[in-house]
Amino acid sequence: MSEVTLPLVEVSVRERPAFIAFTLRLIREKPLGAFGGAIFVLFLFFGLFADFLIPYGVNETNLRVRLEGPSADHLFGTDHLGRDVLSRVLIGAQLSMTIGFIAAGLATIISIVLGVLSGYFGGKVDMLIQRFVDAWMCFPDLLFLMVVISIIGAGVPQIVMALSLIYGIAGSRIVRGSVISVRENMHTHAARCMGAKTMHILVRHILPNIMPVVIVLFTTRVGAAILTEAGLSFLGLGVPPPTPTWGGMLSGTGRTYMYMGPWLALAPGLCLTIVVYAINVYGDALRDLLDPRMRGSR
Amino acid sequence: MAMSEPVIETSAPLLTIEGLKVHFPVTKGFFLQKQIGSIKAVDGVSFELRRGETFGLVGESGCGKSTTALAILRMLTLTAGRIVFEGSDITNYTEDQMRPIRQRMQMVYQDPYGSLNPRMRVRHIIGEPLAVHGVNRRSDRYRKRVDELIDLVGLLPDMADRYPHEFSGGQRQRIGIARALALAPSLLICDEPVSALDVSIQAQVINLLTDLQAELGLTILFIAHDLSIVRHISDRVGVMYLGRIVETASRDELFDHPKHPYTQALLNAVPVPDPEVESRREEILIQGEVPSVRNPPAGCHFHPRCPVAVPQCRLQAPALLPTAKGAMVSCHLVHSGEGVARVHGGAWGQSKGSE
Repeated sequence: MSEVTLPLVEVSVRERPAFIAFTLRLIREKPLGAFGGAIFVLFLFFGLFADFLIPYGVNETNLRVRLEGPSADHLFGTDHLGRDVLSRVLIGAQLSMTIGFIAAGLATIISIVLGVLSGYFGGKVDMLIQRFVDAWMCFPDLLFLMVVISIIGAGVPQIVMALSLIYGIAGSRIVRGSVISVRENMHTHAARCMGAKTMHILVRHILPNIMPVVIVLFTTRVGAAILTEAGLSFLGLGVPPPTPTWGGMLSGTGRTYMYMGPWLALAPGLCLTIVVYAINVYGDALRDLLDPRMRGSR
Repeated sequence: MAMSEPVIETSAPLLTIEGLKVHFPVTKGFFLQKQIGSIKAVDGVSFELRRGETFGLVGESGCGKSTTALAILRMLTLTAGRIVFEGSDITNYTEDQMRPIRQRMQMVYQDPYGSLNPRMRVRHIIGEPLAVHGVNRRSDRYRKRVDELIDLVGLLPDMADRYPHEFSGGQRQRIGIARALALAPSLLICDEPVSALDVSIQAQVINLLTDLQAELGLTILFIAHDLSIVRHISDRVGVMYLGRIVETASRDELFDHPKHPYTQALLNAVPVPDPEVESRREEILIQGEVPSVRNPPAGCHFHPRCPVAVPQCRLQAPALLPTAKGAMVSCHLVHSGEGVARVHGGAWGQSKGSE
């Protein structure tokens, strides 16, 4: 090696596509979170294909096999009308996942709109929106839901709407915080300085940089929405019977026949627990991995 | 409109600032926000930039250098003053009127990390000014211009599709410079462009700036607190203290014959890289701390720390007046004949060893 040249530029190795690289990092650094993510995806799959997976009709009764325990024919047993619990849990998963996803999705959109308006434009707009959010957060969630449902009636669209409002408005605070921090970044300043219009700054600078927060907000809201929907159904304010819901199954047959057929409560109860737990650990892992300050620490 | 105007005679300055003031209100209260005072970040600054020159603006932290830069770019609300750029008075331009002007003046930032969007590829960071001013991101013109700029600032073509976190500080600063040059501006405002870099990289970036200036005929407003860099790069230098300019002069005049006591002290604070000279030379120490900009001293802002202050300094703010050698100094003593001698006389020497 006779010549020594000072490299003006460092050559860096090209990275794998972001999504695959991120998944690998998730598995390596946050195995529990990856496990949660896998379960989440599994339930999503159950929910999407429930119609094809169910071994029996949801409301198909067979009085000869009432309240039978788990067996090869009925993996999760049957209820007091001889309906297959597995089929009902799967259809319940469909409903829970649908409500969870749509409500969380709408909530995230509401959070982004309110948070960006409040955080980016600041001043009087911020003041007005934030005092409204303060007032809103004073109401207990369940109370608001019960009021809404008793006025406009129970049903999937109503529940989704009410849930997305509750979580969307509360979540706007989190979005606002990160919008403010991104707005103060110098690259946003540079964009304004070169004459960029507000829309350009929002789309190219603000939104991409608040995505980590938004993703985490979304995943945690899915879990919360599923849980709240189950709570509503448990109280009899959810989707009306005979549509099977996890909360409805718990409160109806599950509670009544708890001693004669514990599987009736265990099947939907465990599903609910597992899904919400999985989503929460997944969301936690995402938050840790997407936060640059947490890099390197476990 | 600004683009199609005939070229103004070359002797006219590119940028003239007159009596620029930027005051930030200090408010108290929650609902009825009462103004209880103001921070006079920039308080009557005037200077001009001639075409093709580098004007260094120095001063300690918090003296209003960066605020001046932001005010020129019309990124702050001006309290008073006038800004004339390329012959047009842009002081009261609306944001829409400013848009074509923004093509002509661009900024290079201090922080090479925060000033690049971490979620944009380098190609689009550099091309962003083009996109903002209506060049399609998928057009040939866009791609060609970005490639040209990447080459111009000494980066490699295959770096265009990477993200900022893959680059070192010096490389990021090159990206920032390329972005600032995308629209071929006539004025480049560099706000401490090298203070976040280590020394060997500083030299590379400074040399890049001087090369680019020679090649593109840029006018540069160079803000820094590192005097050796300012001396290296500037044609003329302005010294700021507490929101005011205390002295402007050509580089050699300022560094060889500083007139204002503050300039003298500032230059004296630079260590000499020779231990023998360093041990023998006179030491000038400024006593005390920089007063608060919320409540600056009356008269000359520097008088509480000035070793040669006279009663007049407490009462009356000195005007920035020309001296014999084309410099502008704001000091009562320099302008009254006997004062110059006094400033250069023993007064500074007496403070030696008083610490």
